Amino acid sequence: MASRKLDLRYFPGFRPLTFLCLFLLYAPLIIVMVYSFNDSISITKWGGLSLRWYHEVFFGPEAPKFQTAAFNSLTIALIAATLATAIATSAATAMIRAGNFKGRSFGFVLINLPIMVPEIVTAVATLIFFSAIGFTTGYLTIVIAHTVFCIPFAYLPIAARMQSIDNTYEQAALDLYATKFAAFKLVLLPLMAPGIFSGFLLAFIISLDDFIITNFVKGAGIETLPTAIFGSVKRGIQPNIMAISTLLLVVSVVFVTLSYLVGRTGEKSK
Amino acid sequence: MNKLLLAGTTAVALTLSAGVAQAAGNLSIYHWFEYIPQELLDKFSKEHDVKVTMDTFDSNEAMLAALKAGKLGSYDVSVPGDYMVEIMAQEGMLDTFERSEMSNFGNIDPQWIDVGFDMGRKSSIPYQIGTTGFMVNRKAYKGDISSLSVLFDPPAELKGKINVLDSQGEVMALAAMYMGIPQCSTDRDQLKKLNAQLQKSKESWASFGSDIAKDVLVSGDATVGMIYNGFGAKARSENADLEYAYPKEGYVFWMDNVVLLKNAPNRDNAIKFMNFLLEPENAAAVTNYAQYISGVTGADKYFIDDVKNAPELNPPAGQKGAFIEACSQEVQKVYDTIWTNLKK
Amino acid sequence: MAAAGANISKPGSGIYAGSGVALMLPSWLIIGLFLLIPVLLMLVYSFLTKEFRGGVIWEFSLDAYDQFFFYRGLFGDEPPVLEWTYIGIFWRSIWQAGAATIFCLIIGFPTAWFIATRSGANKSVWLFLITIPYWVNLLIRTISMKFLIRDTGPLNEWLMWIGVISEPIHMINTNFAVQLGLFYSYLPFMVLPIYASVERYNFALSEAAADLYASRWETLRLIILPAVKPGVIAGCILVFVPSLGAFLAPDLLGGAKTFMIGSLIEEQFKGNAGNWPFGAAASMILLSMVLVALGYYARQQNREA
Repeated sequence: MASRKLDLRYFPGFRPLTFLCLFLLYAPLIIVMVYSFNDSISITKWGGLSLRWYHEVFFGPEAPKFQTAAFNSLTIALIAATLATAIATSAATAMIRAGNFKGRSFGFVLINLPIMVPEIVTAVATLIFFSAIGFTTGYLTIVIAHTVFCIPFAYLPIAARMQSIDNTYEQAALDLYATKFAAFKLVLLPLMAPGIFSGFLLAFIISLDDFIITNFVKGAGIETLPTAIFGSVKRGIQPNIMAISTLLLVVSVVFVTLSYLVGRTGEKSK
Repeated sequence: MNKLLLAGTTAVALTLSAGVAQAAGNLSIYHWFEYIPQELLDKFSKEHDVKVTMDTFDSNEAMLAALKAGKLGSYDVSVPGDYMVEIMAQEGMLDTFERSEMSNFGNIDPQWIDVGFDMGRKSSIPYQIGTTGFMVNRKAYKGDISSLSVLFDPPAELKGKINVLDSQGEVMALAAMYMGIPQCSTDRDQLKKLNAQLQKSKESWASFGSDIAKDVLVSGDATVGMIYNGFGAKARSENADLEYAYPKEGYVFWMDNVVLLKNAPNRDNAIKFMNFLLEPENAAAVTNYAQYISGVTGADKYFIDDVKNAPELNPPAGQKGAFIEACSQEVQKVYDTIWTNLKK
Repeated sequence: MAAAGANISKPGSGIYAGSGVALMLPSWLIIGLFLLIPVLLMLVYSFLTKEFRGGVIWEFSLDAYDQFFFYRGLFGDEPPVLEWTYIGIFWRSIWQAGAATIFCLIIGFPTAWFIATRSGANKSVWLFLITIPYWVNLLIRTISMKFLIRDTGPLNEWLMWIGVISEPIHMINTNFAVQLGLFYSYLPFMVLPIYASVERYNFALSEAAADLYASRWETLRLIILPAVKPGVIAGCILVFVPSLGAFLAPDLLGGAKTFMIGSLIEEQFKGNAGNWPFGAAASMILLSMVLVALGYYARQQNREA
């Protein structure tokens, strides 16, 4: 084999295409990051390095608006991701640890419904629903809508993790006269921790990311970061938007890195 | 998991308390984008100990649609244009007030009290008065700009370089002026011609957008852009090559008004806010920011020079503007079809 | 979706047998009440009468679907002719989404292959690099693209500076910009499932092919592609479906004139049009198309299994 010149894994041109792929993915983001440090008022002309737009983000006239929006985004993501994670954990336990029961297949379809339905359709349906029942749109409607579409995203890593955990541990606990609830709480949940954590993070980021559904169901005077940024960008990309984008970008990257590292420790402890 | 739950509960508690406490009252405004300075809202907030929240819209029709979609009852005041005040009144969306409720009511310029869309000002007060026309980048296009043909039958070099406001009322009114037919015409031939004209014009247009109107002109993405005069003045301050045109066929003249909405959750604060806006100094603050004419007497002495001298705010003598008319349901249906055809 | 598709077949052990329904209940309630019922309600709305200037009247009407498929002239009294506008918008969306999917495949497949054939540690670093941009807010990614390609943006400035072009290339507000935006939004969705398939690919097959004197490209076409087809199909669906209903890319990069399904629907509820039944009908049509695509995928998966 060693004498064979042909490397079966090698295809000419694949490496450059991969670098092109990375370049395409990163170039726009890097350019925005670079220009967020631009000292010029004009967004396209370079006027030297400066932190003025970051100062503007935190202390400028629009700062309170973006701070409130950031607060809303974070609290909504926290609540929605927490609820979605709890619901998804419970559902995963049913799907994977509760044998066969009536409504299992239907339940599976339902859990995945939020990813199957296009976002814009979910947005329209939710808007119609809330308006038909006369539920005033506001903070709560966003939380509800986010919880719903975060469930499948939380479910995926949780279910994957649960499937990889052998049930002998819980079986052993039951043999030692632990109640089912105790087995679940003291044995399964701790083993599940990394999966639950990734599920939570995924749901959290998906909620932070959402624009379309939020835009449809948000109530009077409530903005999340994406809707506030969108409103601002429609009027033209201002340098402070680039600074906000860079900050958000850094937050996202920190989160993923965290999730990646936790995921790795989870793999090792297994 | 416990920690997560704890964090979640804390967040809920924080949010709830953030919403409830802080200020003695609330005021919820549904306003155009970029139309009131934040400092003025802060000033009101401080003077009356009221927490102000504001949502924005980018066309009269979009605002109407949102209010109809169940947002009525969550806002206290909104800022519709002239014809939209009439429509909202017909739709039963407006509350009324007594003159005595506002100590500054007498500051309204007398010529703006008995207006067709709200005789005697029972639900509205004047906000800003302006025009809608178009603006041209004179560096990129040096031809004649004194006719609406620049928008509707542009020379070949402007093809694909035109942004049009995403606002049905204004586009249709300007098109009617260009063709010399009355607004809301019931004449079928005229309506057909209007449709055909817009279909033809559309081929030269690059984009529909109201909130992007200034940016595309400033950045040079568009050479010609339909725009409101004050927004145009702001655009010119960022790009000196821009010139606001006063077309000979006419232009849209409009008046935005602050209206008291039905089922306003904070009616008292809404009245206070309207009264606050009738204070000449505050009215001038709006004008200095938005760069349109104010409907409040005495505001002009607070105007900054930029506003006093802006060509966008001082039409040459002999030019004519016309209000947009509210069409009957029958004509509106045809207008909607024409508009849909246009947006296809 | 691919991962989730696998575990439906295995009910798993019955440690908590008997509690299944109770454990499923929260998800049924929340998703049933706040998604399933709303979608059904939307179906009902699509058969209601439009109220003048927004809202609905609770009277049965086929107007929304009629308006979608037929044009009855300016005054609504001409004999109906087939209306190409909305079919055209849907067709354009399908076409744009399809083009974006193909771009993603052309770049995504070699990338996935390249990453899957790296050694252990390198592999996860590469994978990590590919996924990071996905975690960055979609809105921000779209804005970045808008900034990059505008007439006076860095890309044009740079190309002019190095002398490749003398006039800026007009990209913003074109179909190409929308495709580029969609491509950029969903590229990682193409890479990941293909990567997963290549990971499972048995290289002994390539060796066998090489032993039988197949060329590199013949091996790719005849052996590898059929073997990793499920991943390719999954990737295509994951890119195509969200592209179809996308709103941000057409709106921010297409200048809102290049209408796609997403912007058409949005206009009915938030814009000038204010035609709820029509918006509901268009949403139903979009939903049906997506469900057909997913159904096709599910059948493919079942056939593979």
